[in-house]
Amino acid sequence: MTDLHSLALESFHTEQGAKLAPFAGYKMPIQYPLGVKGEHLHTRKSVGLFDVSHMGQLLVEGPGVTQALETLVPAALHEMVPGQIRYSQLTLNNGGILDDLMLTRWNDTTWGLVVNGVCKHADMDHMKAMLPDSTQMTYLDTYALIAVQGPRARDALTRMMSEAGDLVFMRAIQTTWNGHPITLSCCGYTGEDGYEISIANTHAQELAEALTALEETTWVGLGARNSLRLETGLCLYGNDLTTETTPIEADLLWSIQKRRRTDGGFLGADTILQQINDGAPRKRVGIAPADGRTPLRDHTILKNSAGNEVGEITSGGFGPTFEGPVAMGYVTHNMSTSGTELFAEVRSKSLPCTVCDPIFVQQRYVRSL
Amino acid sequence: MTVKYTREHEWIRIEDDSATVGITFYAQEQLGDVVFVELPEAETSADQGAEVAVVESVKAASDIYAPVTGTIIESNNELSERPELVNEDPENDGWFFKMQLSDPSELDDLLDEAGYQAFIQEEL
Repeated sequence: MTDLHSLALESFHTEQGAKLAPFAGYKMPIQYPLGVKGEHLHTRKSVGLFDVSHMGQLLVEGPGVTQALETLVPAALHEMVPGQIRYSQLTLNNGGILDDLMLTRWNDTTWGLVVNGVCKHADMDHMKAMLPDSTQMTYLDTYALIAVQGPRARDALTRMMSEAGDLVFMRAIQTTWNGHPITLSCCGYTGEDGYEISIANTHAQELAEALTALEETTWVGLGARNSLRLETGLCLYGNDLTTETTPIEADLLWSIQKRRRTDGGFLGADTILQQINDGAPRKRVGIAPADGRTPLRDHTILKNSAGNEVGEITSGGFGPTFEGPVAMGYVTHNMSTSGTELFAEVRSKSLPCTVCDPIFVQQRYVRSL
Repeated sequence: MTVKYTREHEWIRIEDDSATVGITFYAQEQLGDVVFVELPEAETSADQGAEVAVVESVKAASDIYAPVTGTIIESNNELSERPELVNEDPENDGWFFKMQLSDPSELDDLLDEAGYQAFIQEEL
């Protein structure tokens, strides 16, 4: 058995009543006493706190770093202003996705990256191999990352740090809290307004205690984190994005800005640009069972009325806010129009279901003040 | 009236040659919030250990097995509309199905309440 890493706040979480389980090489809080459903609903109505320190926080620096990073991701980076965040993917030669990530531009020569915990070592190997020697990559493995998410996150966090009130979605600042340096980013993985706070492990407990003391907050584990992201149509790397899916198949064209759609210049651009122009062979869509009740789980096979396999569910479960089954998956291009009727193979029965928008619950980001 | 338990965390309440089956308080606690239950149709026959129902929580889907061999005589259709009954009252209103027993001697292999309590203590 491989050794599991412990979060800096492991004993704090245990004191909060967390159940821990292995994920991405860490002992992670899966749920707290409120339970998956309660944590999910609390986040949608108030504020959920998430310890996501398993994610990889990286600094990439050096002359020409913006240009170098543009060869690895299809997002337009040159146009970004200091403090701006963009979502993108580390693409591969075949157009597949090695990981999806957030990139924050600090200045012309300094970028902050947040990558998935399960992929972080592969990502670092890939970037070290691909980036020129003049760039330096620092793995911030002594920093915790705490997400503060929900419709009351802005009010609650602004009482602790006034800068939070000035940040809109996909903007970040480097500041201090109680004298400790932090990075405060307005983004998240729940579809709600909210923040991610990066702070040195040595001060993480002080921050966690202050956040816990806010009346709006409760701690939320990975269980509800999954149902929150799934309801709002957000992809999970490893399930919905893999080295065999392209950003176009994944319906992430919005994350590839105009210049890059025509000029390319990133790994896999041949395939990705061709799919932008001609369409992709398959597409990520939402799937809803016709009975409105039966949850469709990961890896459920989808068939057409002739009984031929046309796709697969990649993430599925129950949405507590949607109050019903929520699922996303991939289907062949000709089956991807909303309203198309399919059959899900559930326990050796064919369950009628319908293609729909993967956003079951509307995202509520604060894009302007 | 006797109540027996399986190592799959079901309870079986025996009255003459029929029995009511559900999942235990411990089982619903482990599952978390139940959101969907799929029940067998009446007159389905089932061997001991056969998968006859499914319970889905916010976390995952779990199979429910026939604790003994027999024929399903009734399912608790209330669970289709109110799956949360499995959490609220697992050992009464949250029952799953009733069976006609084929071989009551199979009951001898099941646990009594003390045996089941000892079994879950080992699991904890």
